[in-house]
Amino acid sequence: MKILVCITHVPDTTSKITFIENNSKFNSAGVQFIIGPYDEYALSKAIDIRDKQGVGEITVLNVGTSETENTLRKALAIGADKAVRVDSEPISSIFTATQISNFVKNNSFDLVLMGRESIDFNGGIVHTLVAEMLDWECVNPIMKLDIVGDKLLMTKEVDGGKEEIEANLPLVLGCQEPIAEWKIPSMKGIMSSRTKPLVVIDPIPVSIGSKVLAFEVPQPKSGCKMIDPSNLEQLVELLKNEAKVLN
Amino acid sequence: MEVDVKNRKGGEFLIKSTDYQDVFTPEQYDDEQKMMASMCKDFLDSDILPHLDAIDRQEEGLMEKLLNKAGELGLLSASLPEKYEGFGKDFTTSLLITEMMGAGHSFAVALAAHTGIGMLPILYFGNDAQKDKYLPKLGSGVLKASYCLTEPGSGSDALAAKTKAVLTPDGLSYVLNGQKMWITNAGFADVFIVFAKIDGEHFTGFIVEKGTAGMSLGNEEHKMGIKGSSTRQVFFSDCKIPKENVLGEIGKGHLIAFNILNIGRIKLAAAALGASKQTSTIAIKYAKERIQFKMPIANFGAIQHKLAEQAIRIYAVESALYRAGADIHQKEEQLRGMGKTNEEALLGAASDYAIECAILKVAGSEVLDYVADEGVQILGGYGYSADYPMDRAYRDSRINRIFEGTNEINRMLILDMFLKRALKGELDLMSPAMAIQKELMSVPESKDLGIGIFAQEKEVLVQLKKSILMTAGFAAQKFMLTLSHEQEILMNLSDMIIDVYVAESTLLRTEKLISLKGEKEGNIQVEISKVYLNDAIDRIYLAGKNAITSMTEGDEQKMLLLGLKRFTKSTSINTKESRRKIAKKLIEADKYIF
Ligand SMILES: Cc1cc2nc3c(=O)[nH]c(=O)nc-3n(C[C@H](O)[C@H](O)[C@H](O)COP(=O)(O)OP(=O)(O)OC[C@H]3O[C@@H](n4cnc5c(N)ncnc54)[C@H](O)[C@@H]3O)c2cc1C
Repeated sequence: MKILVCITHVPDTTSKITFIENNSKFNSAGVQFIIGPYDEYALSKAIDIRDKQGVGEITVLNVGTSETENTLRKALAIGADKAVRVDSEPISSIFTATQISNFVKNNSFDLVLMGRESIDFNGGIVHTLVAEMLDWECVNPIMKLDIVGDKLLMTKEVDGGKEEIEANLPLVLGCQEPIAEWKIPSMKGIMSSRTKPLVVIDPIPVSIGSKVLAFEVPQPKSGCKMIDPSNLEQLVELLKNEAKVLN
Repeated sequence: MEVDVKNRKGGEFLIKSTDYQDVFTPEQYDDEQKMMASMCKDFLDSDILPHLDAIDRQEEGLMEKLLNKAGELGLLSASLPEKYEGFGKDFTTSLLITEMMGAGHSFAVALAAHTGIGMLPILYFGNDAQKDKYLPKLGSGVLKASYCLTEPGSGSDALAAKTKAVLTPDGLSYVLNGQKMWITNAGFADVFIVFAKIDGEHFTGFIVEKGTAGMSLGNEEHKMGIKGSSTRQVFFSDCKIPKENVLGEIGKGHLIAFNILNIGRIKLAAAALGASKQTSTIAIKYAKERIQFKMPIANFGAIQHKLAEQAIRIYAVESALYRAGADIHQKEEQLRGMGKTNEEALLGAASDYAIECAILKVAGSEVLDYVADEGVQILGGYGYSADYPMDRAYRDSRINRIFEGTNEINRMLILDMFLKRALKGELDLMSPAMAIQKELMSVPESKDLGIGIFAQEKEVLVQLKKSILMTAGFAAQKFMLTLSHEQEILMNLSDMIIDVYVAESTLLRTEKLISLKGEKEGNIQVEISKVYLNDAIDRIYLAGKNAITSMTEGDEQKMLLLGLKRFTKSTSINTKESRRKIAKKLIEADKYIF
């Protein structure tokens, strides 16, 4: 099976988020970047599928500038076979989805896997857009995936429960835990990642799309107040007059 | 990794200055090294740190399982040559891996014992058949190794071992009798490197396989820390092993034991560094969260002082570690270029830098103890609670000053090695010591400072080295062969030497950092380097004074003390402001970051 895994290059979850240039740009100074955690589930699942079937090929793709190459190398070290970088800032979801679907059209894939959402902008729509552009089915977010013959059996998270879904290829899937266990790259993987192909391609023009004008960091939550259970009246008073959640 | 190849020698730092361009610093890791470090972090975060309690309870089979996983990842065979299915990584990379895994508490000890004292004796002293038989399996983790040198009656005095080996009448086997103590990994090891005296005389290494009749294990020791690391006695009672299992030459076991220790010592410093960084991060995070007097305790100067001082010492010892590591790597390349085998080259290089290895063993383990001790203090009562991570950090830290040669033994070795090299003419300590005596008789002349950000600090270093050469030179002349009986003075002198090496390494690293990334990127590191040096000057003065006053009287004493003062002069800096700046950066970053 030929699988495309789309990965994001995002700040480590413990990074301190600040903005520069009039709050229009993320301040990446001193920030450690990682493969999006949900994308890493997608990649791990792709590796499991390939290794179980004993055949197939995994391509990882990222829409990003040259800074993201280390992230792609890590994906290669973890076990992808080749990497593609579409050389542009991922300006918007539409922009990114257009690049991905264009790449899929020009190369044949059976399955496109991504994380359920990125953890920087948390758009969570690129999989749907890509499926639409390709006229494929999309399922998101899936927690379990089994391949039986030519059928894909999936478990999807829905509000308050789970959904069992069966579908045929080709498909675009958004992944989340516990679909597969994250894989740690091995020494061997790291060393071979240097010799695996990493191709850079130009983006195709996209006319529509949105642009971020400014970001805002939420105010830190103010400290919580502890009220003794015997002081119910004081609690009600505070909820009414200070928190203004009761009237 | 590129380091200029220069014909440098171990120990030479005491009599020569080093250019910053000639040192390797952690800022120069290449992408592959960074990926390997990040792999170690992933492994720690996913497989080790969440299971520290289970590891410490010595849950059945857990440590073996984790070592197996480390084997799958390639961590056990990183520095094993490709010929034995290893990755043949350079020394700096192996130090970096050791540093990263050093944050793994008991697991780090098991890993280090396996890949270090367990595996290296076979790599460096085994014959081809032994290497082929054991190394690939040790590298993959299929076999696990331990190292049996210490006995109940012989620890520091390792060569006084009583375990005996006798050749059987048919000449085919040796029979071992004796008892080994404190053997790391003994509980699950498959391969034991055992030292015994043939006929009670010729100290020799042997390879003993698990399950050999006549070999048995004691119970797990109850320890203060590293509780998850298996430590047991190993008994040999008419334990018969084939004579092919003699490791290295008969009667040359001490060469194995001591050479392996050089590498073990610098690696111990690397592991301690990793643990120190993790401990500092725990303290920083806690200090930001803990509210007292309506504000985070990280706001208090006394706490900031501690956070900064932890970072200063960590940065300093890290600078020295990778400087020495790359020097060893370079020497190794040089020896290989001269036709030595890979194994001879690394052993030769480590032995050339044995002084630096001993310095790092002491400095690395003492920095970790400092960091852990102040870590407990920063956490207050919660630091003393076994439910918080600082308790384990504190208990696990303490062993590092004891094994791989106690810090006292290492301090004495530093001096011993310097003096031996001087006597052999390998290091010319005499001429500079004589020049200093002359200088003492003359009026001090003011000197033009060189250029560069640390021009003044470098001049201070030159003078500090003189203070050491003066004091050590005097001690050597006065006591000659009986200097080894004056242990207190040896301790003073080694403290001075350690501080000078570390302070110099710190300045060189920062200078290099600035040359690579610019002054703005290195401004806090400049503060760190200056504070370290500032405090080192006073420590060196005090140690020198104690040495001088314990071996002189009257005019001689006066003259030496005056000399010491002259050579340990400092300019005053506002260390409070510097530490505040350093602490601010740590608090902002929410972790150790330099
Ligand atoms: C947890 C643990 C794991 C270990 N793992 C191993 C292992 O895997 N393999 C192995 O072979 N050994 C191992 N050891 C043993 C360790 O290397 C020794 O404990 C160490 O070398 C010190 O020896 P000792 O305990 O006999 O102390 P001693 O040698 O009795 O020392 C006691 C004190 O006296 C000081 N002292 C000793 N001699 C002198 C001297 N000449 N001058 C001044 N001071 C001196 C020491 O510095 C120390 O402070 C381990 C020990 C521990 C605790």
